[in-house]
Amino acid sequence: MIIASLFQAAVQATGNGIEHIAQPASGGFWFLMTVIKLLVLFTIYMVGVMLVIWAERRICAFIQDRRGPNRVGPHGLLQSVADGVKNIMKEETYPGQAYTPLFVLAPPIALIPALLTWAVIPYGAPWDSKWGTIDMALAPLPIGFLFTLAISSLGVYGIVLAGWSSNNKYALLGGLRSSAQMISYEISMGMSTIPILILAGNVSLGQIVGQQGGMGLHWNIINATVAFFVFFVAAFAETNRVPFDLPEAESELVAGYHSEYSAMKFSMFFIAEYANVMTVSALMSTLFFGGWDIPFTTWDNLPPHTLLKTLLTFGMIWVKILFFVFVFIWVRWTLPRFRYDQLMALGWKVMLPVALTYIVVVAVATYGLDASGIHPSDWKFAVAMLVLNIVLMGILLGVIDRGRLISPAYSRLDKRNMDKLRRARYDRVRFQNPPVAEGAD
Amino acid sequence: MAIGVKVLERPIKQTSYLRATAQGLALTLKHLLRPMSDKVTIQYPEEKFAVSARWRGTHRMLTTEDGKAKCVACGLCPTVCPSNCIKLVPGEDENGNRYPLVFEIDEFRCIFCGYCQEVCPEEAIHVGRHYENAEYSREGFVYDLERLMAQTHPVCEMWDPADPKGE
Repeated sequence: MIIASLFQAAVQATGNGIEHIAQPASGGFWFLMTVIKLLVLFTIYMVGVMLVIWAERRICAFIQDRRGPNRVGPHGLLQSVADGVKNIMKEETYPGQAYTPLFVLAPPIALIPALLTWAVIPYGAPWDSKWGTIDMALAPLPIGFLFTLAISSLGVYGIVLAGWSSNNKYALLGGLRSSAQMISYEISMGMSTIPILILAGNVSLGQIVGQQGGMGLHWNIINATVAFFVFFVAAFAETNRVPFDLPEAESELVAGYHSEYSAMKFSMFFIAEYANVMTVSALMSTLFFGGWDIPFTTWDNLPPHTLLKTLLTFGMIWVKILFFVFVFIWVRWTLPRFRYDQLMALGWKVMLPVALTYIVVVAVATYGLDASGIHPSDWKFAVAMLVLNIVLMGILLGVIDRGRLISPAYSRLDKRNMDKLRRARYDRVRFQNPPVAEGAD
Repeated sequence: MAIGVKVLERPIKQTSYLRATAQGLALTLKHLLRPMSDKVTIQYPEEKFAVSARWRGTHRMLTTEDGKAKCVACGLCPTVCPSNCIKLVPGEDENGNRYPLVFEIDEFRCIFCGYCQEVCPEEAIHVGRHYENAEYSREGFVYDLERLMAQTHPVCEMWDPADPKGE
């Protein structure tokens, strides 16, 4: 109850999302702040990608009992700079039969959507300056969440176009796999976030974060754990990371969609991959882990919204993002790649039905609790959802554990069907290769 | 497409993806948290790989106290050399002592079998415990007598049947 009233007060005072657009800070100041936000965000983002690449190499080395890059700069921190310089110096190669316009365009097409998503993520508590409230999302769109869904679907174009324009069979296969994989998992990803929209009653990311504010009890990880599980798995598929790195699949497809790329164009794909990892981590933090909310205190959600609060909450969201980035790296160096049929089976037969069912469950639960007088901002609501989610996760993990759901090769054929298959194959072979007439040669 | 692959019935403990994943993550985390001293990487230019006492690397010609090669140009090593990489032209001084006029080893041809060291009656030619042999030209790998005598690295200890483990 207290939290609820505090939350109400916080929302009214800060004017998150839509309300904020209705009362913009004065033109010149707003413009200046937007430019500053743009520069800060872009700088942090690009430097972050660089450091994440370094972290990936370092962590993978530690996991494999190696040391990793430790020569360039302190602890090898500047390794990515050295690699960047090298890649700028290197020759750009063009395959003879490549379709050059798309071949050149594909890397930026892969990179830009990963960067765009960042525009709408609120990365700090709003700042009540003397000249008006500044929302800490670069572009506090009222439809921010729909924007992220729309943009994240664009990422696949870069990869498919790269694969196709290279005129290389492996690259094309990588691109095809990528499109199939991304479309399959995008559906479960989108569906897994609908429970959050039900809970928030809004598609503005600022509002979604605001609704999770408080002690950390209203984080959507508590309200929608199963949705997070689905989102998490889909996020790996969307970023083409192990165990879903089939578009790259270096053991099968050389290097997949970027086999033919060299120098800075390859680098751009590389940056795009890590940019995607950071974007998806930021989305997970925003949607499920309260965004910039500092847990166990309501201090950050209450006015006055000073610059200190903005900076601390900015630090908090980065803690969350980096944690997820670490999980991505950790998983990558642990799990082997899925087989293609396993990938598809997991996407369509497990993730999608789970996500769809969960929408119904959350809708019913929210409606039921609301009807019995427990509102989403109440602590009882969180406890009820927590219990429900623990039960559901138990059932889900139990079923996945026992059912061998990710291995369709499990199904055994009975003898009758096996004979039928054998006969069919025999007929086909005989039909395709008619007996050679005598004396034909 | 959907042809059933024969899969043995195994207990869930062995086939569960989730449990295997959890175990794997625990294992990688354990390795991640290991101290730096457990890393297997050798920081090459600063740290060097400790070679075995029986390591057979590039050659070295031992010298007598007055700085002359111990070699008496007996011709055993070019004879025994399986890759034919030793070039020896014997000479004789006024006292009738034989010495090598030319003694060249083509380290590119050498297979580092160590027969030359084993066969040498004067313990003059040795294979060395040494592995940093980079050169800027192919000619640089033909070591002449002066170069062989100038090498300072430790020499290989041949296998001794009386002491098979080299203790």
